[in-house]
Amino acid sequence: MMCPVPLVTTDKVLLGHGSGGKLSAELIESIFLPAFRNPVLERLDDQGVVSIGGAKLAVTTDSFVVKPLFFRGGDIGSLAVHGTVNDLAMGGAQPLFLTVAFILEEGLPMDTLRRVVDSLAGAARAAGVQIITGDTKVVEKGSGDGIFINTTGIGLVPEGVELSASAARPGDCVILSGPIGEHGMAILSEREGLEFETELESDSAALDTLVAAMLATDRRIHTLRDPTRGGVSSSLNEIARQSGVGIEIEESAIPVREAVRGACELLGLDPLYVANEGKLIAMVDAAAAGAVLAAMRSHPLGRDGCVIGSVTAAHPGMVTMRTLLGPSRIVDMLAGDQLPRIC
Amino acid sequence: MKYIDEYRDAKIARALLAGLERKTTRPWVLMEICGGQTHTLMRYGIDTLIPPQIELVHGPGCPVCVTPLEVVDKAIQIASQPEVIFVSYGDMLRVPGSATDLLRVKASGGDVRIAYSPMEAVKIARANPERRVVFFGIGFETTAPANAMAVLQAKREGLRNFSMLVSHVLVPPAISLLLESPANRVQGFIAPGHVCTVMGYWEYEVLSKQYRVPIVVGGFEPVDLIEAIGMLVTQLEEGRAETENQYVRAVSREGNRAAQKVLREVFEVTDRKWRGIGMIPQSGFRLRAEFAEHDAERIFGLADTVVEEPAECISAQVLQGLKKPVDCPAFGVRCTPEHPMGAPMVSAEGACAAYYQYRRDSVKSS
Repeated sequence: MMCPVPLVTTDKVLLGHGSGGKLSAELIESIFLPAFRNPVLERLDDQGVVSIGGAKLAVTTDSFVVKPLFFRGGDIGSLAVHGTVNDLAMGGAQPLFLTVAFILEEGLPMDTLRRVVDSLAGAARAAGVQIITGDTKVVEKGSGDGIFINTTGIGLVPEGVELSASAARPGDCVILSGPIGEHGMAILSEREGLEFETELESDSAALDTLVAAMLATDRRIHTLRDPTRGGVSSSLNEIARQSGVGIEIEESAIPVREAVRGACELLGLDPLYVANEGKLIAMVDAAAAGAVLAAMRSHPLGRDGCVIGSVTAAHPGMVTMRTLLGPSRIVDMLAGDQLPRIC
Repeated sequence: MKYIDEYRDAKIARALLAGLERKTTRPWVLMEICGGQTHTLMRYGIDTLIPPQIELVHGPGCPVCVTPLEVVDKAIQIASQPEVIFVSYGDMLRVPGSATDLLRVKASGGDVRIAYSPMEAVKIARANPERRVVFFGIGFETTAPANAMAVLQAKREGLRNFSMLVSHVLVPPAISLLLESPANRVQGFIAPGHVCTVMGYWEYEVLSKQYRVPIVVGGFEPVDLIEAIGMLVTQLEEGRAETENQYVRAVSREGNRAAQKVLREVFEVTDRKWRGIGMIPQSGFRLRAEFAEHDAERIFGLADTVVEEPAECISAQVLQGLKKPVDCPAFGVRCTPEHPMGAPMVSAEGACAAYYQYRRDSVKSS
């Protein structure tokens, strides 16, 4: 059974409130949901889906505060497109439009801004989305961190597509689209100036065409999630909780590239909790799993896709993992950020 | 990945477990000293795979857990001063002091930074001559040499704005204390591999002789631990009491002499209070007088305070292997990683956190 977790009483916002872990969930449940509550928001999906004039619109918004602004495999500009496009795609929506708001810090080199904007424009073109409106604010030096970007995305959900984090069912296969932890470790190694033999590169990518290929193959996909902040474990825990199901995964089935594994081992971090920006988790009816996986594997962003576990009626709300030696253990959601260990 | 995969190999583990099964004829109580080892045992469920006659109790070797509340409070006081840049390993930031923790000090405007090495703090001191940079030097013999190097480097460069809040602790005196306790049940120890990488294991041979207790220096991967348990049981079944080395790929009898030399140069042995256990004579390091100008305790002149632990918390017994985390009425109910009462719930390597993270379902239903 689950233990009642006491609310973290804190009179100040902590960095952990933005980690995507339990503290983030508490912030949403104790402050945002009570204030804004409505049936669309209550689903707590990555996007809100509303019907307007017979069309099903998906709307999502995301803010990007990444440091460093440029990293191997991407930058804050491309990330601001991919993150929002992916949140739409996880609802099965075809992304159509983006809005972009910049919060710039006084003194930011114009050349830096130009590079970010060029990258953002390129990523939007590649993903087939138009930027239709925007906003700019400048804050005093010291009140920002170079560039913060917010993007809002609007997409169209095709008729008959109903994906939700609350729709996973016992018996579903859990499919992961590729190796995990690449974005988070790439950012961490650049931010901290850590050097590894193999270079780590962010997996930042727009997943809308992968999702379209999956849905074109079989509609019996119940849930899609992109495991960003908090990693695969946080996404699985959210799905388990929102769908009222248990999830069982196999440690030996979870793909992690050597470079990421090495960096995680060195820092005492668990790749299951490290952020991804170009991966998805799918809960798929077992009868459709083979076809969906085949469709994923024939797409460049899903070629390393694999089944990592299944959904069960046992232990609702909880994620467990069969370890390499056989016994199962809980895969919990972290309270805040993973902190590198002392030894 | 070399040196990892073969030590997580299920086939090798199964063969070792079968051997252990064959040689175990009686009940034995074993203690792994190090929190990293506790973590591996729980994470892979090794305690459920070994013969039921073997009971594993968890030792005091989590540096975050045994750092006394008073020292955490001192760290918080120092970090709250506006001219200070306080630098620490990440997992000390969440440890609650008597009123707050370093993460909250940071949220209130304190300049608290996470480092991966104490040399980063030296670098920060070099770059910020007008600020006072304090590194939180905690841990066992494992982390002590790097901290000693940082102090030496700061002294060499004349970085008078760099200091260290030292609360280092040593493993062998804690093992002595446990063995001398009338309540002791432990019949064999898995000694901490990382500590022995630095210090070697000759000190443990002395303990084996003195207390007639088998000790095996163990690594941190599942196969390491199953093998170390097997070596201990072999000794116990044969009536031997020696120190043996399972972690041969990293540990030699003499240890890392260069590191030991730096330790002697910078630190001297002192009495230390351990959180949950109390004062243990000659169980820690402090900076030698020559390094007084880099000693944060002296520079900031903070008075010793006496702080009470929550009465309900049984971390003292947990850290001494007398009780299991699940024996605590507060476990998982009033004490969780989000709301820890005692230190073993704070650090990921603490015994209570390891049980909570990996096991609370089976624990609560049993």
